[in-house]
Amino acid sequence: MEIEKKLLKKASLEKLFEKLKADGKKMYAPVKKDKLVNFALVDTFGEICDDYILTVKSAKSVAFPKIEKIVDYEHSKNSSKAIDIDVSNFPEVVLWGVRPCDAVGFDSLDAIFTWDYKDNIYLARLEKTSIISFSCFKSDNNCFCTSVNGNPGGTKGSDILLTKISNGDYLVEIITEKGKQIIAKAPELFEAAPTEEKDKNLTNVPIKFNVKDITENSAKFFENDLWVEQSLRCIGCGACAFVCPTCACFDIQDESAGKNGTRLRLWDSCCFSLFTMHTSGHNPREVQSQRWRQRIMHKFSYMPERLNVVGCIGCGRCSRACPVDMNISEHLINLAEEVKK
Amino acid sequence: MDDIRKKAKELLENKTVQVVIGYGKGSGEEARAIFVRDAAKTDQLIFDETCLQNLAVYILKHEVKHLGKIAIVATSSVLRSIMILASEQQLKDGDLVVLGITSDGKYIDLPNFKAIEDYLATLNVSITDKEKELLKMIDAMTMEERWAWWQNEFSKCFKCYACRSACPMCYCPKCTTDSNQPQWIPVASHQLGNMEWHLMRAMHLAGRCINCGECAKACPMDIPLNLLTYKMIDEMNANFGVTVGMKPDAVFALSTFKNEDKENFIR
Repeated sequence: MEIEKKLLKKASLEKLFEKLKADGKKMYAPVKKDKLVNFALVDTFGEICDDYILTVKSAKSVAFPKIEKIVDYEHSKNSSKAIDIDVSNFPEVVLWGVRPCDAVGFDSLDAIFTWDYKDNIYLARLEKTSIISFSCFKSDNNCFCTSVNGNPGGTKGSDILLTKISNGDYLVEIITEKGKQIIAKAPELFEAAPTEEKDKNLTNVPIKFNVKDITENSAKFFENDLWVEQSLRCIGCGACAFVCPTCACFDIQDESAGKNGTRLRLWDSCCFSLFTMHTSGHNPREVQSQRWRQRIMHKFSYMPERLNVVGCIGCGRCSRACPVDMNISEHLINLAEEVKK
Repeated sequence: MDDIRKKAKELLENKTVQVVIGYGKGSGEEARAIFVRDAAKTDQLIFDETCLQNLAVYILKHEVKHLGKIAIVATSSVLRSIMILASEQQLKDGDLVVLGITSDGKYIDLPNFKAIEDYLATLNVSITDKEKELLKMIDAMTMEERWAWWQNEFSKCFKCYACRSACPMCYCPKCTTDSNQPQWIPVASHQLGNMEWHLMRAMHLAGRCINCGECAKACPMDIPLNLLTYKMIDEMNANFGVTVGMKPDAVFALSTFKNEDKENFIR
């Protein structure tokens, strides 16, 4: 659908929040707690933090939580029974204060979770989620959305995008049907679109590399000393994957009490050596350089090739979270340069 | 610092070592670990107040060992980690070349474990006043308050295991948590799983932790895991009179039994 534009007065923002809350929606918004800003369930508008570049964790947990029950099971003497999860009861959620890059991240997750098997749990959660994004007016050196087809004011993936304009009011862009339904909850709050240009209210994120240099040439650097060079300091934790908006790999674990139990889906990371460990003890990704290569190749070669999306949205969270300064954009610049050699 | 660069260059040139682990410029404010294998690149080594990581975590790393013999730029945290690794038979004297460095960047010649032990004996390695204050804050809580406080902290954990990976003392090739049949501790990052993981980690480090603080620094969710380790260090001092990581042949208070021990449940 064509994007419709409106104006929301500064003072009406809280009213919009209240309307949606009163409508029974669970409101997830950035909250500052113990120095960190993260998405949390909020009751009042006052709890929301608006001075942040990005939350530490991405918004993905709303549709892909760190622990997801996927099936209950019961064993008795003569039979075994699997009890499916009731996906019809997931709550209606509004994700408030998402950044445009995070919204694009859901496109990557969609591509993965619908690639062949349609993941009904993920899809049911996402179906109940509306995404209200806010354009970025601040960025830091770790941001590189513009290098991976993104934009600090990009509308892709959001249902509604709000951009703060110079007088403190908001330019509202209604992007999807879901967005329209949200506006319909409080039509009286919206006025004719402002004439002010959107772009001048956005932060400037310089382009660091040409993503096509990487996505179209990955065969050239699969075997390359660069991977070892980059990954010697990697300590093999999962911080990068767990804060990433597009990392979708998971582990399956059972928790049982006696003969009955629950099967869980848990976040996993390709940077763990355990990730590819076989029962025999053989590990096809034996060393960290192979694991680091997998992380980059998955996002910049396998996903573009098979799913037609770049698996990285340039939020830079992994670089901020990494305990040993594995700076992803620096490594991508190195790869892009390697191709030109 | 010039002394360290010169020494590193020499070691690489005469092939005494194949890699020098040290600090180089990072992408942000903090320096990062670098692995210099070419004598011509030793000028990349730096040392200043941004050089914080405990580089000892790389000593036993498979990929680093594979490069050949190691020289390591060693702050007091690295030196104390080396003492623990030696006491636990993970390192022998002469396995690596230690390029000792004082907190203000002066090179110290530490040719063997004995020299490291003697040097460490001259340092004040007790927990700082600031760390003691934090301990007091925890100690002042009632048991219920403390429980609630830690539950809140652990609720942030998503089990990325950065704390484990950043710790030079967590060198087991296969961790208890990596076992899922049986699950010794719940794999999932829920309340019980998080609490059991952090308690197990703390207990496994009691009497071995040298208080480098890497676990807390590595945590992307800012969980003050070092408070657990301060507490253990404090307890070790109070109960056993032990300061951990000061000599290469230490006997571990919590994993050693002596006939004269006052507890007799093990006899």
